[in-house]
Amino acid sequence: MTTGTIVRLVVLLVLLAFLITPESFAFLFEPLTRFDAPPIYLQTSLLELTLNHLMITALATIASTIVAVGLAIIVTRPFGAEFLSLSRSLANVGQTFPPVAVLALAVPVLGFGTAPTLVALFLYGLLPIFENSLTGLTNLPPSVTDAARGMGMTGWQRLVQVELPLAFPIILAGIRVATVISLSTATIGSTVAARTLGEIIIAGLTTNNTAFVLQGGLIVGVLAVLVHDGIAGIEKFLVARSGLAQRATA
Amino acid sequence: MSTDAISPNRRAAFAVPKADKLGVIILLLAIVGIVLPFVIVRPNRIVVGEGLMIGQSLPLLEAALLYLLIGAGTVVALLRSKSLLRLLVSLVVVAALAIFVGRSATFLTPVGDTFARVSPGAGMWVLLFAFALVAADALIRLRLGPLPRVGVLLAVIAAVALILWSGVWDDLSILKEYSNRAEAFWREARTHVSLAFGSLIAATIIGVPLGVLCYQRVGVRATILNVLNIVQTIPSIALFGLLIAPLAWIAATIPGASEIGISGIGFAPAIVALFGYSLLPIVANTVIGLVGVQFAVKDAAKGMGMTERQVLYAVELPLAFPVILTGIRIVLVQNIGLATIAALIGGGGFGVFVFQGIGQTAMDLVLLGAVPTVALSFVAAVVLDAAVELVSARRGSRA
Repeated sequence: MTTGTIVRLVVLLVLLAFLITPESFAFLFEPLTRFDAPPIYLQTSLLELTLNHLMITALATIASTIVAVGLAIIVTRPFGAEFLSLSRSLANVGQTFPPVAVLALAVPVLGFGTAPTLVALFLYGLLPIFENSLTGLTNLPPSVTDAARGMGMTGWQRLVQVELPLAFPIILAGIRVATVISLSTATIGSTVAARTLGEIIIAGLTTNNTAFVLQGGLIVGVLAVLVHDGIAGIEKFLVARSGLAQRATA
Repeated sequence: MSTDAISPNRRAAFAVPKADKLGVIILLLAIVGIVLPFVIVRPNRIVVGEGLMIGQSLPLLEAALLYLLIGAGTVVALLRSKSLLRLLVSLVVVAALAIFVGRSATFLTPVGDTFARVSPGAGMWVLLFAFALVAADALIRLRLGPLPRVGVLLAVIAAVALILWSGVWDDLSILKEYSNRAEAFWREARTHVSLAFGSLIAATIIGVPLGVLCYQRVGVRATILNVLNIVQTIPSIALFGLLIAPLAWIAATIPGASEIGISGIGFAPAIVALFGYSLLPIVANTVIGLVGVQFAVKDAAKGMGMTERQVLYAVELPLAFPVILTGIRIVLVQNIGLATIAALIGGGGFGVFVFQGIGQTAMDLVLLGAVPTVALSFVAAVVLDAAVELVSARRGSRA
């Protein structure tokens, strides 16, 4: 086990301890409060908020992965080739919509709560995953795809047995970027009453309690770093296994 | 972008069906758009409204004309027509939608009624999206260079300005919200722009030298990039909030700080937070750009007797410039969007209207904040993409 892994394990354990018994960490946040404000957010269980936050992020990222990878597959086949540039521009334009605006505009259609947040996170996850899937599916070594063709594989077989497995580490990198963005963006969902960790931060902002803001921010930040490193670890493992290390670093 | 476009003869090889594939999607979108309400009419700004179709929301002749234009636009999109024709026709339909939605607001608002609100309905947005899609597709197929693209953008801005100036949109709900707070709108617009650009300029001034340092000293590279990466993972609303305390402390303890406008809430924490988020893309892209300069080029420069400093300023930085500019593009678009959050801590910007709108469940007010923000980031993205392309083309021909 490397030092990095040990540090991450310790951080994870501290985070879990904090989520399960937040009161025992109250002394750390005490100095940040004024006028006897509560140092720890107790309106809702931190663990519950965190799990909800993770679930919203996971659902949105899974949905964006399915749609983005599906789209990338379609536009890299001969059938959908004419949509390649258009879909890329669309994904780019989609990214120019600020998350708050997407959230607010989704409210009249979907109501307050989790649904508009899911939609916003889903939209923001599309671009990184789509871009990476395109890179992965279009930059395959020609020798490999030629060999697959020469073996008489059908288009479907080439996709499932050759192209997707080879592109997978790069697609996963896109999923990692999307997940980290979503984890942080999900906090904004609390402005439209979604039950995420943003609730703590907003409670802190409205009651002028820095301790709450710090708690919420820290939990999300630590989650993001852990998830980032976790997925990056899987990528490294996959790249090493597929023997594509040179291509991935190039 | 242009390298991805399919060459005409290759496209012809796949042309088994006669209809354009995008055209089929446009047809479906147009049907959905016509079935959904074109405008929503409400007796006042917060109650639930009633959706009206095109036929119900315009005088007979105008409604017929609009239906006709939508139909013609769909047919042109369905046929494998010339890109230029597609572009012109789709732009005409987009313009017609924009003008007629304003006309219907005038038509539906009783004379002298200042409470009634007419806003674009889902059908209008779907139709607008469909024909904007045709226009975007035609523009991509035309493979315009960077400067003509900016030209098209300027033409679109001019058209929007003309419509605004003509007063066609004056009865639309979003402009009624605007006229109630025109002064605040321009004040927040200035704040928004200074937040986004101010943090970008600061991040460029600090970030590029930091990137050069990371490039020259491999030892510190990982540390700096990791720290900036972690800053990036802090949720924006938390970072804005966390800066309140230290800045309030600075304002209270350092003499003169509060005189130059530093305070715990408002503009100062907002711009510092945006600056923090801006650093990573700029530093990372500077490093990537510098690392990507070919070794042979650096070697030749050294062989010519250039000092380290000369190599950096005369060779490496100019060659890395397109990549650095890409970082600046990412930051600017990101900052224009993120600056909306500044309103949560009293930093101002278009977010003020968005959050007020959420609070009052007045969607027109949300739009008043959201539409300019999206337009601003869109313009920034198009202009900087064109700039990146221009710069890389020039470097490419020299290298």
